[in-house]
Amino acid sequence: MQLLGTRQGGAMLVRLIGELDHHSAVKTREELDAYLRDESVKNLTLDLSSLTFMDSSGIGVIIGRYKLINGRGGTLTIQKPAPNVDKLLRMSGVYGIVRKVGS
Amino acid sequence: MDNEMVIRFKSVSQNEGFARVVVGAFAAQINPTLEELSDIKMAVSEAVTNSIIHGYGNAPGGVVEIRARLSGKDLYLEISDEGKGIADIAKAREPFYTSCPEMDRSGMGFTVMETFMDTMEVQSGLGQGTTVRMTKRVAAEQSLDAQC
Ligand SMILES: Nc1ncnc2c1ncn2[C@@H]1O[C@H](COP(=O)(O)OP(=O)(O)O)[C@@H](O)[C@H]1O
Ligand SMILES: [Mg+2]
Repeated sequence: MQLLGTRQGGAMLVRLIGELDHHSAVKTREELDAYLRDESVKNLTLDLSSLTFMDSSGIGVIIGRYKLINGRGGTLTIQKPAPNVDKLLRMSGVYGIVRKVGS
Repeated sequence: MDNEMVIRFKSVSQNEGFARVVVGAFAAQINPTLEELSDIKMAVSEAVTNSIIHGYGNAPGGVVEIRARLSGKDLYLEISDEGKGIADIAKAREPFYTSCPEMDRSGMGFTVMETFMDTMEVQSGLGQGTTVRMTKRVAAEQSLDAQC
């Protein structure tokens, strides 16, 4: 798993490249939280277009970051998930709390 | 297509990806669609991860075993560990239930296995390890094997 973050004012765009499972979840969470350490980052967009696999361990990581961002009054957006990832996000109810842009 | 395989591996998280690839390659013999193949990999990932984190408490000394069988259009999967086992299976299977919320677990593993496979059953008991059995029938007609 590789993360590429770009800062755009009060927003952070992070592209996830690779597979998000329990094995890669710790590193993913730590790197995302490092990007969010600066409290002036309000909004987080996760670009999932290069995420080739995700299971429920990834749902835990996303919901955890949602809580953090929501706690500081920002929004979490998910961008361009592949069909397999999109299916998992849909069935686990993530789109009830997190906005999706792009298909 | 009739075929069978067994793999056993150590309870280390590197093997989550390994197990997905092995079972995916095996299941490819019954020509699943891309969606069916990713459903199967997802279910394998969930069961193996559970054995590693919950069964063996993230300790590397355990062994996870996967038995897979193909028969016609059907895949039969059995994923087992000899870890601590589950006291209350009905509760464990509830959506969003996790015994480790502090670890950012979503509690959706069993729900994913149930949703993405055709059938799923759990055999477990405290101190008795856990076995998860799942089946999936692929939609496509199997391709005819070459005659020679
Ligand atoms: N192989 C296993 N050995 C022991 N306990 C398990 C096993 N699989 C699942 N469990 C229990 O069932 C619960 C629910 O599992 P699951 O739905 O995958 O959610 P999660 O893994 O996010 O906790 C786990 O939190 C754990 O308590
Ligand atoms: Mg799980």
